[in-house]
Amino acid sequence: MSFALILKNPYIASGLAIVLIFVAFALFADVIAPYSPIDAAGPPLQPPNKLFVMGTDNLGRDMFSRIVYGSRIVLMIVAMSISLSGFIGSILGLVSGYIGGVLDKVLSFVMDSIYAFPSLILAIALSVALGPSPVNAAIAIAVVYVPTYFRMLRGHVISIKNEGYIEMAKALGLPTTRIILRHILPHVLKTLMIVFSMNSADAILTEAGLSFIGLTVQPPTPDWGFDLYKGRGFVLAGAWWLMAFPGLCITLLAFGFALISEGVSRIVGVRLR
Amino acid sequence: MSTVLIVKDLWVKYFTSSGVINAVSGVSFSLSRGEMLAVVGESGSGKSTLGYALLNMVPKPGRIVKGEILLDGVNILKLSEEELRKIRGSKISIVFQDPFTTLDPLRKIRDQFMEFLMEHGIDKNNALKIAREYIEAVGLTERVLDSYPHQLSGGQKQRVSIAMAISLNPSVVVADEPTTALDVVVQKQIMDLISDIKRRYSSSFILITHDLALALERADSVMVMYGGYVMEMANKNELAKNMAHPYTKALFESLPRIKQRTLPKYLTGYPPDLRNPPPGCIFHPRCPFASEKCRIMKPELVEISKGHFVACHFAR
Repeated sequence: MSFALILKNPYIASGLAIVLIFVAFALFADVIAPYSPIDAAGPPLQPPNKLFVMGTDNLGRDMFSRIVYGSRIVLMIVAMSISLSGFIGSILGLVSGYIGGVLDKVLSFVMDSIYAFPSLILAIALSVALGPSPVNAAIAIAVVYVPTYFRMLRGHVISIKNEGYIEMAKALGLPTTRIILRHILPHVLKTLMIVFSMNSADAILTEAGLSFIGLTVQPPTPDWGFDLYKGRGFVLAGAWWLMAFPGLCITLLAFGFALISEGVSRIVGVRLR
Repeated sequence: MSTVLIVKDLWVKYFTSSGVINAVSGVSFSLSRGEMLAVVGESGSGKSTLGYALLNMVPKPGRIVKGEILLDGVNILKLSEEELRKIRGSKISIVFQDPFTTLDPLRKIRDQFMEFLMEHGIDKNNALKIAREYIEAVGLTERVLDSYPHQLSGGQKQRVSIAMAISLNPSVVVADEPTTALDVVVQKQIMDLISDIKRRYSSSFILITHDLALALERADSVMVMYGGYVMEMANKNELAKNMAHPYTKALFESLPRIKQRTLPKYLTGYPPDLRNPPPGCIFHPRCPFASEKCRIMKPELVEISKGHFVACHFAR
């Protein structure tokens, strides 16, 4: 399957476009943002106008600049958490599924226990326990999503580990690590891809949740979730833009990842939900 | 001829949740260099389990509970997992039944072949040389190395499996029904190839098959198994002359013959339930000659003439 073909998929193309806009925001924030995100740029609580396209907040900071810089925190936490959970969850899933036995029983039990918690509640609890910081938030979100990778990969590994080519690899005397990495991993890669893209959408919402209750960054650092929380006090005073734009961005980014995930699962031909 | 493999009193059981299955019960035999021993039996006779046991890789929940497998004088049941890994593929290798699943569909033959050789300590250049040599030895062209498994036919895939199995010149090659999944013409080609390899490299083969005719045609000696027990064992010529066990006779009579107008005879009944094997001779419920003695006493494997062993109270 060529790269061009993947891009032709409408789901992936549109999802990727959305995500890439925010990635560009994060990478080129200094160029794109018209003002500083932490210093007052104009009068407070200005509605969107030509100078301030998304208005200003109660301290006169430009909302658009805060959104642009805020994408850094969101994307960083999400990238860290999904790579961490993907890495740990996949390794555990591969090993547990392949080796089986007591190890598999114990790991499955632990993972199912984690899975039994509502994800946001668990992430909040872990975040509080670790202390508020972007890295700790990323770890908390990673822990929450490890079981998803674990369960999906373990299931797929179990379904293929009795295939003839695995038996043959054993009979030819290949070491277990090599069998797992070279003969099993390539076959479960498609599962991994789907879980990965699906999880990123979830992770964004969880991250926003943590930010909303102030568990990621300290003010005045710009952050979508936290801005959403601060804007809440001014909505009744008519300053709708303080909540609308951060909320819209969170939704859009999650939607972008969801589109990619949908496209990937359509191409791979596996549906997980 | 030197002996390469000695199996002594081998017992394999599967410990399933619904009971213990006695898959291989007290099997003993030896194999000389350049010899082909055919293990014949119907489904569930324990012949495939025996094949796995020879590589000490009986699938879970199976376990070798007793016995010795001496490969070149080394008891492989006493080896560590790492030592076992090293002898698998190099000292003893196996060709599986279904060539359509034994090659990794995502990787080229060259990759798989060289990976295997390099894991056994051969450097890259030599690995490529050996891969080329053996791909040609099994009658394929070098082009096959650059193919993916789906580009090859069943017969070609089985040839690749055989090439890999013999490429490190193992003492014993176990061929677990190597032709069952192939069509008849290709079956003959593959068996010709195996006979040819056996002659050329004087390799020892254990041919696991359900086809007594094939065994009598190709092997040097034949071991007939039923319900995990050895029923009869003899060299091919002796067995062809004098089939002493009723089960061997029944198997032979079930073969279709040219010019025969009627259907071949077949054995009524079903293979024994190995969770609760019948008392006495395991074959007695299906045996046309069964007597009271057979229902009570298990017959020992006795030598009725030189090298001809039979487990039947009435054999002579």
